[in-house]
Amino acid sequence: MSEPSQTYSVQQEAAPASPRRGWRERALIELRKAPLTAWFGMTVILCYLVVALFAPWIAPHGQAEVFATPYAPWGGKFLLGTDQIGRDVLSRLIYGARNTIGIALATTFLAFLIGGGLGLMAAISRGWVDQVLSRIVDVLMAIPSLIFALMLLSIFGSSAASLIVIIAVLDSTRVFRLTRAVAMNVVVMEYVEAARLRGERLGWVMRREILPNIMPPLVAEFGLRFCFVFLTIAALSFLGVGIQPPTADWGSMVRENAALIQFAQYDLKAGLTPLLPAAAIALLTVAVNFVVDWFLMKTSGLRDEF
Amino acid sequence: MSSEADTLLEMRDVRIDGFADEQWHAIIKGVDLTLRKGEVLGLIGESGAGKSTLGLAAMGFARPGCRLTGGEILFDGIDLMRASERQKQRLRGARIAYVAQSAAAAFNPAYRLLDQTVESGIRHGLLRPEEARAEAVELYRAMDLPDPEHFGDRFPHQVSGGQLQRAMTAMAMASRPDLIIFDEPTTALDVTTQVNVLATMRNAIERFDTAAIYITHDLAVVAQMADRIKVLRHGEEIEEADTETMLSAPQQPYTKSLWAVRSIRKQAEGNADKVLELNGITATYGTRPVLKDVSFDVPRGRTVAVVGESGSGKSTAARVMTGLLPQIAGTVRFDGRDLPPELSKRSKEDLRRIQMIYQMADTAMNPRHTVREIIGRPVRFYFGKTGREADARVSELLHLIELDDSFLDRLPGELSGGQKQRICIARALAADPDLIICDEVTSALDQIVQDGILKLLMRLQKELGVSIIFITHDIATVRAIADEIVVMYQGGIVEKGPKQDILSPPHADYTALLLSSVPEMEVGWLDRTLAEQGQAAS
Amino acid sequence: MHPIIRTILQRLGLGLLTLFLVSIVIFSAVEFLPGDFTEAILGQAATKETVAAFRHELGLDQPAHIRYFDWIGSVLQGDFGTSFSGRSASGVDRSREVVELIAPRLMNTLFLAGMTAIIAVPLALFLGVTAALYRNSLYDRIVNAGTLSTISMPEFFVAYILILLLSTIFPVFPSLANIAADTPLIERVYASALPSLTLTLVIVAHMMRMTRAAIINLLASPYIEMARLKGLSGRRVILHHALPNAWAPIVNVIAFNLAYLVVGVVVVEVVFVYPGIGQLMVDAVTSRDIPVVQACALIFAATYILLNLLADIISIVTNPRLLHPR
Repeated sequence: MSEPSQTYSVQQEAAPASPRRGWRERALIELRKAPLTAWFGMTVILCYLVVALFAPWIAPHGQAEVFATPYAPWGGKFLLGTDQIGRDVLSRLIYGARNTIGIALATTFLAFLIGGGLGLMAAISRGWVDQVLSRIVDVLMAIPSLIFALMLLSIFGSSAASLIVIIAVLDSTRVFRLTRAVAMNVVVMEYVEAARLRGERLGWVMRREILPNIMPPLVAEFGLRFCFVFLTIAALSFLGVGIQPPTADWGSMVRENAALIQFAQYDLKAGLTPLLPAAAIALLTVAVNFVVDWFLMKTSGLRDEF
Repeated sequence: MSSEADTLLEMRDVRIDGFADEQWHAIIKGVDLTLRKGEVLGLIGESGAGKSTLGLAAMGFARPGCRLTGGEILFDGIDLMRASERQKQRLRGARIAYVAQSAAAAFNPAYRLLDQTVESGIRHGLLRPEEARAEAVELYRAMDLPDPEHFGDRFPHQVSGGQLQRAMTAMAMASRPDLIIFDEPTTALDVTTQVNVLATMRNAIERFDTAAIYITHDLAVVAQMADRIKVLRHGEEIEEADTETMLSAPQQPYTKSLWAVRSIRKQAEGNADKVLELNGITATYGTRPVLKDVSFDVPRGRTVAVVGESGSGKSTAARVMTGLLPQIAGTVRFDGRDLPPELSKRSKEDLRRIQMIYQMADTAMNPRHTVREIIGRPVRFYFGKTGREADARVSELLHLIELDDSFLDRLPGELSGGQKQRICIARALAADPDLIICDEVTSALDQIVQDGILKLLMRLQKELGVSIIFITHDIATVRAIADEIVVMYQGGIVEKGPKQDILSPPHADYTALLLSSVPEMEVGWLDRTLAEQGQAAS
Repeated sequence: MHPIIRTILQRLGLGLLTLFLVSIVIFSAVEFLPGDFTEAILGQAATKETVAAFRHELGLDQPAHIRYFDWIGSVLQGDFGTSFSGRSASGVDRSREVVELIAPRLMNTLFLAGMTAIIAVPLALFLGVTAALYRNSLYDRIVNAGTLSTISMPEFFVAYILILLLSTIFPVFPSLANIAADTPLIERVYASALPSLTLTLVIVAHMMRMTRAAIINLLASPYIEMARLKGLSGRRVILHHALPNAWAPIVNVIAFNLAYLVVGVVVVEVVFVYPGIGQLMVDAVTSRDIPVVQACALIFAATYILLNLLADIISIVTNPRLLHPR
């Protein structure tokens, strides 16, 4: 470190800033410094996305294609065997990525659209709008969301559309709470007050002053909520009230093949079959968690303790 | 000179690292310190100088995220660098005690004050419980705490800030330590409270002949408390001398510049042309009244200082003027017209002509906007300038505040405190306003930086003829820059008038108390003030 | 009135209000049923008369608010109505009272949840507090990594791995939890071992991480630093200075996780075919047996609200600011 000068000068109060870089360049630098866990997470997510997007080209068989050999062993024509009615497990796993991730993503987006929009509105307008919305959310959150989802599914029936809407609405309560809380913290900042004193319109204040400052926690929350939604949908499908057959889906695959686990003593591979889709779910959740952890550390300088 | 037997604390070439940005940085870079029994050493420096870290090192303690990396710390012959945790525990609270900056946070909310006061004495086996309690009551009495017999029965949240700070000194004194570390103990207090707290703390250490390290950034305070003063900067010692010498003949340029800070004196001028007139303003938060019938004028091109302590309503007055808090009675007259009370009813032109600068520059600027965007926005918004024209204006404003174009693309996080406040000033100037309201704009800054900001404001006023309302609790700042002064107390105006009238006797009672409570940089000020205030009271 | 009593009464009132609103939400669910659901339940062959009789029994010929008060009135007396299943097109009614269905299963579920809580809560608190105390040590890292991976796994994954290991490969515990009302306690515990272990793993992971975070947050307070600087031993700092202030956060963590347990129980009961209320609810959802679904939802929601209310009240009575007002 150089000797600090003995007289005062404004320019020297702080060290010169690092050279300004475009976001591409900065992202590259951050990536190079990313910890191993984050790299692992990003690689896994990327693989899943590729598999999900190109499922029809990657999968050796169709997702609903039934062969005459139920419970076929691993190897040969069916790399991971077939299920109880003779469908190829590997192909169903691959299509499952597409269906399960697709539905979970759609649900999460919808939840953010509803919860984020209303949360922002509540934080900015405050007063009675905020009161009414917050009380409604309090009541909705007083019912455990899986239970609420089960009840609504029993009424509306289990179709992909009702699944997406129901889970999105229930999950949007949590997004609402977070968005409102984060936005509230920003709304009371003096720079927002300064913008109001300048006479700026509400839209500008929202877009330019508030949104950029609440994005990082919201992006992190998107990852966490995606995990949560993903696990909820998997649980519902496992319970038999989520994504319906013959659509391949990891949760229901576990349910359908669960009986195989009893044969693990005789054929360990067969016993592992029902665990494959469950492991696929777990791996993606772990990966997303790792990336979110790293992102949180980067953007807030704090590690999320939970 | 100190003999070996006389020395209580000896620190040699102490080095401490702190962990930040995923690596270790040196915070203290080899500092020596010697303290004799019964002596008070003042440790001064600006924020980031490492004074608290060094103070805690005298107890063999490093905060989480810090580590002692080298040097020797000998307390009464015991080597604290090599001592076991248990040995250090036996010293802390028994022979070395600590008084923290925020007493409200440093007392455990779950226990009564008495239990906390006597805890270290009993735990270290120095006193029996009933003795310790009797002692504590005596100490409360010595600290001038109200109803000393029952004071300790209260919980921390039931007691005022000044009393808590005294209770904490009593807690430190309870085990009759040889050394007390005072870590900015009066920084969070109002000046009128500070005087008494300082006096009780000093009397206590004199009475028991305790040695002390008094850490502060306030030169005038340290002059009252310390026998010797050591100046720190960036983790290194600049110089050390006994208090008289240090005040009268500092050697190093840095120390001299610290001392020179309070030398600005602006010659007050009047102006019959008023830019702003407040008439009988009354305002409330909900149903709680915060301003009662407040009236004062702002002469064009002059500076009006609004002074008062916390809760005096001075910042609320600013909120009324800007329209953030509509008044329930009275008028705000700007340039000969009454302004609508509500912000939403004021015209863009009115908003442009009154600008506001905040205390915390950190929260006053969007952390994700660059300097170019921050200063450029009012230029575009009010004057419709775009592209090269706007950039040229931004660049011009940057030079006006003594910065250059290299700052254009920085984010607020890449600026120092003083630079941030200058950017806020530039943003206000970008609107080409008639009146700037400055709300405690210098109180979060170090002395030298404050000096720079004040000089800048005075220069800008001279060049641009802008009127300024300067809200502050700091009398030194008022002396430096005001043309007129408004003294506020509990939501009302105590006194107002030209600077020389307010600052010279006869004073209103509260003004007299306020003025006499501001520590001055000379030895013996505290004794004289206490004597004077005592006379005035009786 | 002492402010603490006032605050507690306020919370109780708020809890009751929430419960009331939740009951309305659950009740109105039936309003969204498609118009032809009676035919779906009774079968295509149902005559007009049977349908009309069924609708009348459900009170669908009356306005909604009257039906709500009828329903909530009976619920308060412990009557949840009659199940939809067992009806037939011919009008022969073999349906059972919802209470009959629920009562034994509720006991089973409470047994499973209670057994899990007794193991999980002390274990999680111990792991959480020790991990916070020895922060960044090897122990902390191992516990952390272990719990992070457990959190990311769906409950049924944990359950099947346990079955694979402890039931199929090493047959220690049964994979099906066969219990009945007259099963002796020891056998009951043995049969519930795997479901309980699954829930324990999931709950402990969450609770341990939250406890750790709460304690670390607390240890950063200036008064803890002050206690250290008073030369107090590590034990005394934790037990005397940190713990009394930790009740509120810890109780909240426990309540949150017990509430989570209530939900987790559904999936685990299905995996182990455990005859509890969760499995009953899933079956009812599949067969669209609305009265049973409503009853289960109301019981789950009430448990959830009560747990949170209890945590709130404990936080209030341990807060010195409320206990000793100015």
